[in-house]
Amino acid sequence: MALLLSVLEQGLIYAIMALGVYITYKILDFPDLTVDGSFPMGAALACILIVKGMPPVATLPICFAAGAAVGILTGLIHVKLKVRDLLSGIIMMTALYTVNLRIAGKANLPIYNLPTIFENDLVNGIFTGALSRYKTVIVILILTVAVKYLLDWYLSTKSGFLLRAVGDNDTIVTSLGVDKGLVKIVGLSVANGLVTLSGCIFAQQQRFFDISIGTGTVVIGLASVIIGTSLFRGVTFWRVTTSVVIGSLIYKGCVAAAIRMGLSSSDLKLVTAVLFLIILVLGMDRKKKVKTDADTTADQQTL
Amino acid sequence: MLTLRQISKHYNPGSVNELCLFEGFDLSVAEGEFVAIVGSNGSGKTSLLNIICGSIDTDAGSILVNGQDITRQKDFLRHRRIGRVYQDPSKGTCPSMTILENMSLADNKGRAYGLGRGVNKSRIARYKELLLPLGLGLEDKLHTPVGSLSGGQRQALALLMSTMTPIDFLILDEHTAALDPKTAEIIMELTERIVREKKVTTIMVTHNLRYAVEYGDRLIMMHEGKIILDRSGREKQEMDTDEIMGIFNRISVECGN
Repeated sequence: MALLLSVLEQGLIYAIMALGVYITYKILDFPDLTVDGSFPMGAALACILIVKGMPPVATLPICFAAGAAVGILTGLIHVKLKVRDLLSGIIMMTALYTVNLRIAGKANLPIYNLPTIFENDLVNGIFTGALSRYKTVIVILILTVAVKYLLDWYLSTKSGFLLRAVGDNDTIVTSLGVDKGLVKIVGLSVANGLVTLSGCIFAQQQRFFDISIGTGTVVIGLASVIIGTSLFRGVTFWRVTTSVVIGSLIYKGCVAAAIRMGLSSSDLKLVTAVLFLIILVLGMDRKKKVKTDADTTADQQTL
Repeated sequence: MLTLRQISKHYNPGSVNELCLFEGFDLSVAEGEFVAIVGSNGSGKTSLLNIICGSIDTDAGSILVNGQDITRQKDFLRHRRIGRVYQDPSKGTCPSMTILENMSLADNKGRAYGLGRGVNKSRIARYKELLLPLGLGLEDKLHTPVGSLSGGQRQALALLMSTMTPIDFLILDEHTAALDPKTAEIIMELTERIVREKKVTTIMVTHNLRYAVEYGDRLIMMHEGKIILDRSGREKQEMDTDEIMGIFNRISVECGN
């Protein structure tokens, strides 16, 4: 039971991050590595703000805004300075490592006895008695569902339509008289806002910030997105965003199962990587990608 | 009124592969004129369209629209007043979005893409009205992703989308070249109807000499970055495909292909 709760809690928190990765990877077709830096940035910000006495709820919008700003920077590096997508993310990820250390002041910052969005007077007042052990998962569920519906709403607006169009066929965005670079920047901004928000919630659930928690974030995000979208490919009665959330839960479940079968927690990243490889191979998403990459290389050579 | 004045364009300047495409190129297109441009591969037809649309820069010269200089204007800004249909049917539409979503996007061109609803339900009747005369049954497939349509259906939709909002120019870049002969014919008839209805200034590049003779008010033949034939009015009407074929073959033979 405790294991199931922990899978649900972490799966739902990481689902918010996976929704961000869904925007960049699936919609924008931009493999954004910034997330390895923006996820721990949310954790660092949340912990330091709570240590300084800020109400926990206020950390949520602050972290989203900070992440959005980071996304804009990645976008500017890619669009204005014309650095390749992968490299733009690597540059930001590396720079954010230092930024995160500076934000938190040290590599590890616990908030064990301080209030969080799960541990405060309001939440403790609502969830009493037997319910209290479910309060964390309920609060996370509310947050994740709210984020999912907000993202669904955004993708159905005119601005959201442009975002979907730019990943699909960026020529048409130019034809519509819109700067496609600007649309990419907006997409990266929303995506990293979500990733940072996810890191913020994660730190409050774990009750600490650690500089290493960001490592492999992008792999977890991609795995969740690919599990969700390939498993529920033909499903039409719910939206893709729902598939991504479920993908995140399945992924966390797989990792928990692997650990339970006798692997130690220091094996976690290896499990993460191997699982991702298995998912890629089974998901068949790789074939198309590899082929397009090969095609572009061939094109460049002929040029 | 579109004026190209003394346009120069070199590819790979300064290297051994330097290629001079245009040198002091001039062209004027009058308001409401339908111009068909033909020419062999490498004659500069598509480059000319790209220069007009701002997809490629020029080395020298100026581009004027109704007297206003747009030579340094960014491509996306120019496209606010230009409708463009490409050779590749997938370039004019978004494959993962539905017909309705695609048309809604195009319908909003020239206005801000903000946080309002992407699809305006009150416009659906209008979209169906536009799709009905195509005779392709698209009006019943509004919720179908465009990616599952055929090339001809997509191109018809792209043509419709590019002319939904008021534009100064319609640019057609070999827009029938990737279609089978029958579909190409349908698309050409649709083009003719839209151009005449909207009285929009149109520049069409084509490889099909018959289309160039049958459609349009003016015919231009290009060769190695120069206009070698320019006929309009009665002169153009009296031309037939054989004559232009003859001219086309002669220049091709002269340069050895």
